[in-house]
Amino acid sequence: MPVDVRLPTVLRSQAGGRSTVSVDGSTVGEVLQSLISEHPGMGEQVLNPDGSLHRFVNVYVNDDDVRYLSSLDTPVKEGDEVSILPAVAGG
Amino acid sequence: MPVARSVLELIGETPMVEVSQLSPNPNVRFVVKLEGRNPGGSVKDRVALSLVEQAEADGILEPGRPGQVLLEPTSGNTGIGLALVAMLKGYHLKVVLPANVSVERRQLLEVWGAEIIESPGEEGSNGAVTMALRLAREHPDWHMLYQYGNPANPAGHYRSTGPEIWRDCPEVTHLIAGLGTSGTLLGVGRYLKEQNPKIEVWAVEPPAGERVDGLRSLDDGYVPPIFEQLGGAQLLDRKTVVRPRESIEVPRRLLTEAGLFVGISTGAAAAGAIRCARQIPDGVSAVIVIISADDGWKYLSTGTWTDDIDVVTKRAENTIYF
Repeated sequence: MPVDVRLPTVLRSQAGGRSTVSVDGSTVGEVLQSLISEHPGMGEQVLNPDGSLHRFVNVYVNDDDVRYLSSLDTPVKEGDEVSILPAVAGG
Repeated sequence: MPVARSVLELIGETPMVEVSQLSPNPNVRFVVKLEGRNPGGSVKDRVALSLVEQAEADGILEPGRPGQVLLEPTSGNTGIGLALVAMLKGYHLKVVLPANVSVERRQLLEVWGAEIIESPGEEGSNGAVTMALRLAREHPDWHMLYQYGNPANPAGHYRSTGPEIWRDCPEVTHLIAGLGTSGTLLGVGRYLKEQNPKIEVWAVEPPAGERVDGLRSLDDGYVPPIFEQLGGAQLLDRKTVVRPRESIEVPRRLLTEAGLFVGISTGAAAAGAIRCARQIPDGVSAVIVIISADDGWKYLSTGTWTDDIDVVTKRAENTIYF
């Protein structure tokens, strides 16, 4: 099932400059694995070696941070938008 | 109300007002805590006072002793609060400020006597933090208060903002505020959950990471040390990102529907509250307390209330408002 993934500026060069890519998956973890298999250079930036989310990466499904949903097991369905954003300071 | 002996005594004890006309759910009330009523104009006055008083209690700073220099990375409000406190207590303040903050923030820092050290705008607040940490290493005689890593930041909210909300609005079921340093959510959230563990704490973030072009890789990301050290991930129930357009639309609604002239981050927090209210099931009542970090004055130059929304939204993607 295709899901749109919005990429942050720092990852776009590895997707041919595109800001959004479409990949398959029914959970956030599957979506990220599809993304990384198509664009292997993103792997170590997005996930830790043990497969968990990198601490400076926030992943959102329809604007909700998945760390406060079911993390990589958060379900996604067709039409959902997954966004990857780097953690930045505010204040 | 007794006459205050100093402007510093006017920090805190801010009013709360109901703005349920913005709630999309008839069983969900919205209450805003107006932190813009602090003397320096934002919630960060509380943080500034707490950071400085803690350093004084620790013997690092001594009011009135000449030659003491404070250093702080800030996108504006903490700097303004610190400038006010530093001026009254006789410290010299240097703030590391990203180049692309709103013009009013810079003007206010200058008015209150802060010295501004500019960091690259494209690196956002992360760049300001990095530069300040480097300056602190190079100048060990400067004291960096470090709102991102100093437990006195959330402690100030735990002591003041949290108890005020619980006293004035004990029916609160949800707390919503901007994430920023995480100090407000950690301090107020912990206090409220200690009073009623069922209270949900929601964080709202701008999608700042999209426009921080200065990040070379995701390894340049930043999570405030206090958020990790004080269990932020365990405390928060939800974190939601609010798009620039919503952050402009909602302050306009707050003005026209409720007469509230509040800053853009308050618009984002209220947009988060609207999202939260839509998710509360039929027949369930809720009271969402929204922290309004500041008023609208510092954002007049952005055209938030006056210009075409598409133009303002585009502009917002390149300016730091949080």
